[in-house]
Amino acid sequence: MSANTSLGLEVSGLRVSFDGFVAVADTSFRVAPGESFGIVGESGSGKSTVLRAICGLASKESGTVQLIGDGESHAPGSKAFRRRVQMVFQDPYGSLHPRQTVDRLLAEPLAIHGISDAENRIERALDEVGLGTGFRFRYPHQLSGGQRQRIAIARALILEPQILLLDEPTSALDASVQAEVLNLLEDLRRRRNLTFIMVSHDLAVITHLCERLMVMQRGRTVEVLASADLAARRVANPYTLSLMQASAGFRRDKPAA
Amino acid sequence: MTASPLLVVEDLRVAFPSRDGGMVEAVRGVSFTLGRERLGIVGESGSGKSQTGRAILGLTAPEGRVTARRLEFSGVDLLHCPPKQRRALRGGRIAMVLQDPKFSLNPVMTIGAQIVETLQAHTRVSSREAKQRALAALESVRIDDPERVFKLYPHEMSGGMGQRAMIAMMLIAEPDILIADEPTSALDVTVQLQVLAILDALVAERGMGLILVSHDLRLVSSFCDRILVMYAGQVVEELAAGGLAQAKHPYTRGLMACLPQLGASTHPLATLDRRPEWAL
Repeated sequence: MSANTSLGLEVSGLRVSFDGFVAVADTSFRVAPGESFGIVGESGSGKSTVLRAICGLASKESGTVQLIGDGESHAPGSKAFRRRVQMVFQDPYGSLHPRQTVDRLLAEPLAIHGISDAENRIERALDEVGLGTGFRFRYPHQLSGGQRQRIAIARALILEPQILLLDEPTSALDASVQAEVLNLLEDLRRRRNLTFIMVSHDLAVITHLCERLMVMQRGRTVEVLASADLAARRVANPYTLSLMQASAGFRRDKPAA
Repeated sequence: MTASPLLVVEDLRVAFPSRDGGMVEAVRGVSFTLGRERLGIVGESGSGKSQTGRAILGLTAPEGRVTARRLEFSGVDLLHCPPKQRRALRGGRIAMVLQDPKFSLNPVMTIGAQIVETLQAHTRVSSREAKQRALAALESVRIDDPERVFKLYPHEMSGGMGQRAMIAMMLIAEPDILIADEPTSALDVTVQLQVLAILDALVAERGMGLILVSHDLRLVSSFCDRILVMYAGQVVEELAAGGLAQAKHPYTRGLMACLPQLGASTHPLATLDRRPEWAL
């Protein structure tokens, strides 16, 4: 297990459809090793489906997903791929098994991948997300939303993946807890040299955590731009511009049409 | 604001039984008055903001205990009036829009039937007139094809459309006060603004009082005339519109600081240092 070499990811011509409805149409992007890449869009834009297709939770109609920087290629959804690419889901209330303790939740990925030394790894993972071993034998309902999301992050990290897929990791959390989780993610990325692909509807969160971002609308890529450009409001595309204005808050003089 | 406010809340307390047999106060002495204006109540989860809204409407869960020195709606003592009168006020003169149209609309009734039901619960109208008024209400929340939407079931519409339908339903009885509990949190940013614009226009046209309950400090401060910031069941600060920059309480300032902002890079983000004395 080489924890220090980071991996990137290349998606080309990705197309996902459900019963004829095209959720993602011909999307291509490349995430360099160690980079943090964001995907923004409104609901139904296909942003979460892109993540699900990358990790094999949604089946692709066409297109390829490839790791960059790893000698051999691993098919998405395969065990080797899953070991390198892990996902954190949006809702910490729905993504943890309600009748399993934290210990059991964290032991499961280790058992699946046949990794020994579970004891130490679980303790280390809990330490890393700032919870400590006192939380080890609690049930999810005994934890707050922020603590649950930390457990979900620990569960993703326990396999020492190189790429983390984050699907709205903070949108179910209060603003002050969101700040704590964002800080934790940033800190982990720096320490572990991780590659992030993060989906969010919140432009400010994406520009905070990501270097580049892709704007999606109705399954299509609107544009790919650098966060710095967005922060400096150097935006040409009208859709991106409208998202940017909407995130600034309500304005009475110019009601939204 | 007129001389006599629509709603007077003085020392409102809401308590729930806790597991050890005692009572836990979710709202601890909230006081404010509401005129024909837009009042925002902001706070994080557990701050008591939603319970405040529910207590005004009389929707506190049965095991909860609501007390107040004064809870008056245009001269009516809400805590001591007969249940029948309270029932007539609820939905009639005081209405509430809830967070998620997916869960708060009846899934097995068409939108039209639900709106007509609300109207007929509060006024005696013929079914033909009720339908006409329901269609007009849908039109007033800027739904393009009211005839079509009238016949739809909640699952057949988008979140933004569902929320507009719910606002139409709440407004058909022409309430004096509308309590909106996180009305836009389940919606996309661009749709959020459309829904707020509709609420804004309705408040201006009808001269309603609006209480907007939300966790989104930035959104509320750009929309409301006055903002109450709640923490641990109490109002810690009252701010004027756009007066966010002048916030004095460390909680409000902390809440502002921990939001990532477009164009300002702060790494790491400031986190909230919750002081025990704020909750005293």
